Amino acid sequence: MPAPPPESEPAMERTRGSRSLVTLAEDKKSRSAPHPRVAGAHDRGVLAAVATFALEGVRPQEVTVEVDVRQGLPTFTLVGLPDRAIRESRERVRAALLNSGLDFPQKRLTVNLAPAHVRKAGPSFDLAIAVGLLAASGQVPADDLDRYALAGELSLSGELRPVRGALNAALGARRAGYGRLLVPESNAPEAALVEGIEVSAIPTLSRLADLLHGRWTPDPAQPAEPEPCEAHRDGPDLADVRGQEDAKRALEIAAAGGHNLLMVGPPGAGKTMLARRLPGILPPPSFEEALEITQVHSAAGIGNGRLATERPFRAPHHTISAQGLVGGGSRPMPGEITLAHRGVLFLDELPEFARGAVDALREPLEEGRVEITRGQRTLDFPANAIVVAACNRCPCARPPDRCACTSLELARYQRRLSGPLVDRIDLVCQVEAVPAADLVGAPEESRTSSEEIRDRVMAARRRQLARLAGTGAMCNGDMDGRLTRRQVPLDGPLAARLLSIRDRIALSGRGHDRVLRVARTIADLDGRELVAEIDVDEALSYRLDTWQRVGA
Amino acid sequence: MYDSCDACLRRAFLIAHLAPRIAGLLGHQRRRHGLLGLSEEELIAATAGRHVERALAFLDAFDVASERARLVDVGTVVSCTHSSRYPGLLRDLPDPPAVLFGAGSADVLELLEDEPAVTVVGTRRASPYGTEVAYAIGRGLGAAGVPVVSGLALGIDGTAHRGCLDGGGVPVAVVASGPDVVYPRRHRSLHERVRAEGLVLSELPPGTEPYRWSFPARNRIMAGLARVTLVVEAADPSGSLITAEFAKDLGRCVAAVPGRITSSVARGTNNLLKDGATPISGTEDVLDELFGVGVRRIPEARPDEGPPDPVLRAALAATESHDSVEGVAAAIGLPISQTRAALSRLEVDGYLVRRDLGGWERTAR
Repeated sequence: MPAPPPESEPAMERTRGSRSLVTLAEDKKSRSAPHPRVAGAHDRGVLAAVATFALEGVRPQEVTVEVDVRQGLPTFTLVGLPDRAIRESRERVRAALLNSGLDFPQKRLTVNLAPAHVRKAGPSFDLAIAVGLLAASGQVPADDLDRYALAGELSLSGELRPVRGALNAALGARRAGYGRLLVPESNAPEAALVEGIEVSAIPTLSRLADLLHGRWTPDPAQPAEPEPCEAHRDGPDLADVRGQEDAKRALEIAAAGGHNLLMVGPPGAGKTMLARRLPGILPPPSFEEALEITQVHSAAGIGNGRLATERPFRAPHHTISAQGLVGGGSRPMPGEITLAHRGVLFLDELPEFARGAVDALREPLEEGRVEITRGQRTLDFPANAIVVAACNRCPCARPPDRCACTSLELARYQRRLSGPLVDRIDLVCQVEAVPAADLVGAPEESRTSSEEIRDRVMAARRRQLARLAGTGAMCNGDMDGRLTRRQVPLDGPLAARLLSIRDRIALSGRGHDRVLRVARTIADLDGRELVAEIDVDEALSYRLDTWQRVGA
Repeated sequence: MYDSCDACLRRAFLIAHLAPRIAGLLGHQRRRHGLLGLSEEELIAATAGRHVERALAFLDAFDVASERARLVDVGTVVSCTHSSRYPGLLRDLPDPPAVLFGAGSADVLELLEDEPAVTVVGTRRASPYGTEVAYAIGRGLGAAGVPVVSGLALGIDGTAHRGCLDGGGVPVAVVASGPDVVYPRRHRSLHERVRAEGLVLSELPPGTEPYRWSFPARNRIMAGLARVTLVVEAADPSGSLITAEFAKDLGRCVAAVPGRITSSVARGTNNLLKDGATPISGTEDVLDELFGVGVRRIPEARPDEGPPDPVLRAALAATESHDSVEGVAAAIGLPISQTRAALSRLEVDGYLVRRDLGGWERTAR
């Protein structure tokens, strides 16, 4: 057994100095550090500290794994609020070390996950614990450890298994000032998307020991190739949809202004088909947006290790709970609205969703993020998506001439469509079934492709970005009531006309703002700086306010 | 307008005083019971039970002058059987209301003498079909200048009133409460519109809450006011059938709109038709029944009336045969965006009413 290297102490000093951010973790460390020094010589333990990153929602949270090895009865104590998966890592680490030809010290081992007050979950601490043990038992030099952050799960054989949130860990490590991130091979391309930090792909624990000894130098990991752009090539295209010109126009406006949309129509009319084509006419995500999308998907464990180039499309079933929709759980996981971040959340059969679930969307729709409070801490998930909802005209969903719903049933059905979500829906359009005769045989007329529409959408978005610079809003759909009224000035006669309309068609104040927002987007699509009467007129036709039968 | 003799007024207030007793006595019984035809003493004896003393005391203490002053103060229209403005047709009833209290315009009582009225009633649980028919007939009759009598209830009744109002006609609502009490609450704004354009009538004085028995009781007034009683949609049994029965007993015309034989809310109307009611398939049928075939027609919109803009005119014409934005757009050869703008324009300018998020209804002009 080599002599205990006293380098671990100065190593930590350097760690503190090298980082610009003084985190809570480091505070803890500096307080706990003196203990080995004051202990009696016979009792002196050896300390190692290794940095890794845990997920707080989708944010990386730095965790320092401290390992103390000292003489005594062989025990292995794990502290710092670990969950079951972490406590089981004892067995994985032991087996992985022994199967890699390394030594598992038969001593009194204490592992602390700092900051100690934050609950930690998941198997991604395995690697850091194993490396901490190796360093504290002198099997690898601890000199360079303070420059490294690492994350990975161990298999019993000593191989490294992929973890969730590698991209998030890379972003966190870069921000915390680490020069190098060590991750399992299959996580490396994803983590390498982050520039400014060297990412190394580690196949096995023994390879990692070689690396720390300086006996092996891995090639820097190559950043993941972007996913092939399916949405933009072979993905669903609006040109596939026959007819539905009205709904296509509504989709174009929704995409151009980032407006939430409600489609009303009988089953089988093509509402889902149309909604699926919305991501394809949105501007492709920028690199920053792509990173955000990939981060969310990585944290949720549904990513494919590549940079997302498509905007997500999520279509949860209507039996989903509020927690499933906005996120939550004792170990908070992102909900559907977060998974749809920077993309589209499609709620088919909106009135069938539980009232509480739909109401829970209020905050994400207004703030673009979800806050979940669990015990002492509050997690923050991004949640900026366009919501497309769909419903039938009436509960029986038959065409109007065969509908058997009573006025009471109708009223009940439509009441389920009120509330915070519907208040945030700017556009309502009707989707009618296309007659079967039009679906077959007819010659291919030149239908507008998603690409053409996307070009118009992007032009409109550019105009919005220029106009909204400095307001915090990215598109017209982001504008609140006050910003809307400031951003969409109407000339005298038009403003007066809209006011007189309000009385005649019972347009609420909120409805008035919605009309302005949509009119602004229509003018943007048309390339006009000023909102004209025809824009307001068209916008009026998308409003929801007069949803009632004549006379009913 | 106040036109009532003291005795009639006292009787009307006595009925309001006894209303809870009558409710207790009749329970769920809805059919005719003849109670309202009794004299004051008989009525007290029949209904007051152990509260006879109190009822008699109420009669003794009744202060005609102050009640009259109060009614005049709030502008209630008051007309008793002995008044010249009391609707003559009501006198055919075996138990005509002693006094009619009204909220709205007193001129409507005169109009009811000059113009034959039509009562349109039906179920509260109306189907879309029934709603559409009630609205269309209400509007057609309103446009033709025929007062439309109904009960201001949810469903067919309210829809018929709305149609009549939108057609520019005079609605007459006969309610089961005092004329100023809004029931059901959801019809607050409709109640207001009827008061403004027509008249809300009741045999119960202002402030009286509705009772279970007062609904069939007002049905007899509805049947009594009109030459034709039209049932649009009714289950069996139902309050609308009670109204039809009153009309039949008065020897008035009972008409019904044919419904789907599989629909529960058409059973009552279809049974009426089997029993010989006049089938109605449009406003013209009602007008023919009232005035004789072809005597009166729904006034056509004058050709010069219509949007000045040729595009709007084309769009308006296209809505007659097309229900979707796409259909209209194809018919007038404009892109969706301009079509939608044109349709909004027509709606805002009052030529169209949007229906159910799809399709439009032309307003009667």
